[in-house]
Amino acid sequence: MGYDHCMTGAGERHRGFCRDCLAEAADDAARCGQCRSPRLLRHAELHDLRVAHLDCDAFYAAVEKRDNPALRDKPVIVGGERRGVVSTACYIARIKGVRSAMPMFKALKLCPEATVIKPNMEKYVAVGREVRAKLLSLTPSVEPLSIDEAFLDLTGTDRLHGHSAATSLAMLAREIERDIGITVSIGLSYNKFLAKVASDLEKPRGFSVIGKAESRDFLARQKVSLIWGVGKATQERLARAGITGIAQLQTREKSWLMREFGSIGARLYHLSRGEDVRHVEPDDESKSISAETTFNEDISDYKELERILWRMSERVSRRAKAEGMAGSTVVLKLKTADFKIRTRNVTLGEPTQLADRIFSAARPLLERETGSNRYRLLGVGLTHLTQAAHVPGVETLDAIAAARGKAELAMDRLREKFGRDAIERGLGFSKRGREEID
Amino acid sequence: MRVTIERSAFLKALTHVQSVVERRNTIPILSNVLVQAGEGEVRLTATDLDIEIIESTPADIAKAGATTVPAHMLHDIVRKLPDGAQLEIEQGPDSGRVSVFAGRSRFALQALPPDDFPDLNAGELPHRFSLAANDLKGLIDKTRFAISTEETRYYLNGIYLHEVPAQKLLRAVATDGHRLAQAQIARPKGCEGMPGVIVPRKTVLELVRLIEGEDGEIEVALSSSKIRFSWGALVLTSKLIDGTFPDYDRVIPRHNDKVLEVDTAVFASAVDRVSTISSEKGRAVKLNISSGKLVLSVNNPDSGSAEEEVAATYDSEPLDIGFNSKYLLDIASQIKSDQTTFQLADAGSPTIIRDPGDEQALYVLMPMRV
Repeated sequence: MGYDHCMTGAGERHRGFCRDCLAEAADDAARCGQCRSPRLLRHAELHDLRVAHLDCDAFYAAVEKRDNPALRDKPVIVGGERRGVVSTACYIARIKGVRSAMPMFKALKLCPEATVIKPNMEKYVAVGREVRAKLLSLTPSVEPLSIDEAFLDLTGTDRLHGHSAATSLAMLAREIERDIGITVSIGLSYNKFLAKVASDLEKPRGFSVIGKAESRDFLARQKVSLIWGVGKATQERLARAGITGIAQLQTREKSWLMREFGSIGARLYHLSRGEDVRHVEPDDESKSISAETTFNEDISDYKELERILWRMSERVSRRAKAEGMAGSTVVLKLKTADFKIRTRNVTLGEPTQLADRIFSAARPLLERETGSNRYRLLGVGLTHLTQAAHVPGVETLDAIAAARGKAELAMDRLREKFGRDAIERGLGFSKRGREEID
Repeated sequence: MRVTIERSAFLKALTHVQSVVERRNTIPILSNVLVQAGEGEVRLTATDLDIEIIESTPADIAKAGATTVPAHMLHDIVRKLPDGAQLEIEQGPDSGRVSVFAGRSRFALQALPPDDFPDLNAGELPHRFSLAANDLKGLIDKTRFAISTEETRYYLNGIYLHEVPAQKLLRAVATDGHRLAQAQIARPKGCEGMPGVIVPRKTVLELVRLIEGEDGEIEVALSSSKIRFSWGALVLTSKLIDGTFPDYDRVIPRHNDKVLEVDTAVFASAVDRVSTISSEKGRAVKLNISSGKLVLSVNNPDSGSAEEEVAATYDSEPLDIGFNSKYLLDIASQIKSDQTTFQLADAGSPTIIRDPGDEQALYVLMPMRV
């Protein structure tokens, strides 16, 4: 994917600045008049856009390179050893074709000279927190997506910082490089969908802008897989209807899309036109970590719901572990077939981030709500979050809980090494074997 | 049924049994107390389907019979009658109504048929032994504060009562994962070969209330699913928690070689004082232990800090360790001796706390990170 969409066409006059020294960029110079840097950013709407997506470049590998400068110019792969999978490959290794989630033996065949480093999650969580602190110094409206990426809404911060959102973000990127020692890529647009798409366009050390004027034409050139929420299954369904590019979606009626594809139809209609009404939702301390899923068909069977509860508990646990957070209240959320929402919660003796603990706390709540009721949605969450300096739940005088906690951590280590599907608890399987829930 | 009974004796028995009756019940008869009159006494039975309490009290039986009436209401009525009053309880021709007369007061209560009253059906209780009420009290008092209230860990929601054959002991253990309390007595005759049982928290609390002031012998009978305590005119039968108590022995450290001794009262009041500053959420108090002294401190970023030095006997290498202040106070309140002994390993490992005057009690506390 090129990035000329965010550059100005010949002859147009757009405002812009240099990303290295922040000096105003002369009209059509190829390099900065002050520092001679070629990293000039120009866009007609540059100073009018305020929703950003920030993504750290090859995060785990970048942290490892920062801590061992001898690796700087060498290919680095973070992941399990010989028989594991790649968590993150640095950009040098990526040139050789190494990708995330690739089996390690394959990655080493492509790039035998790579240095393989076992993941050190604690370190990455700590660096991730430093990055988040920087983001929060810019705006309280930061919505973390994972340890190394977040949405930011800079609406209303221009006067506070004395700069436009674009300038503030460019300064932020410089600051993160200088103070933390890793690089980031930024996407700036007018909604979350396009901001995320933009941040991906120019990695690493990128800064891409998608403005209102060109968004529709830009999207028309992309494949449907670019749209958030369009996975393999939806892609196949779209392909059967002859739709592979976003351009084709743009020509369809909303009612037709909704009829053919159900609830996702409306999303396809709006996102293909660059319309996304989701707000950036700041993640403050009081917020929760949760996961929920809407079923294809309403479910009343307890066993079935229990299996989904386990999968959701695992997902919440995964996020809590990645963010280094633990919560002391477990919340169960159910939506009945007639769209009534029920939430039930239970408070634990200490904060947890273990899937087993979340699940066994929520299970009795679920048991009480099942019977004749049919549900269309199930979610589980952790609230009353605190930072987990260590893994709670293992250090306990309850030998049963300690053994279960240790078993889960051992499973996590296996997954870190061999990939997420390397080991499963039987709970997650139905009679038909393992199915994807969402 | 028609009986005459002295108010204070009736009130005592009624007070004993009614507390097990839940305030709100979906099954109406569970709100009632079963009253059975026969052979010179009235027998009262109340249950919540997990616990059943029966108490008999002498009465004048004019006509034998049985009925059930709302337990809390009957208790309130009897409580409000003047001391020394004589009550007359009568079931009229209409079996759905029971009258209570006392002096100039008369009450008519709605009754439910006694045949519908649930029976806990204890079945065979093959293991029987007896122990002094004070011993039972000791086993309960020293351990019950550590019972977990967390429903998820149902197997910790009670006191694990079991035999230790090798040492010929009867032992009680409770833990909530953060602290563990263990108390034991010499094995009473008859409990050899008994299964280890988990006595539920509610049963423990009822028992504490009922044996208050009792100093005789308590008969215990149990199977792997039920337990019965009886003494005097009282019988308490309870279901047991259906679960496996964790192998607690594994978490009790054996090689904690750093020994700290403090004055129990001085230590407890110092912990109480410094923890004033701590927040509701993290009640950690830090113990900075060095040769001959102990410094307690609390640091709360929201409100400030506190520090107090306490004289101590200690001659191992200095150690910093944190504990939940409430847990420290709970344990300190169990220590009857002037001195309290801590056996420590390091800041991350379980610590043993002992009462030097009571070899039979042992407390284990998990440290907190500070």
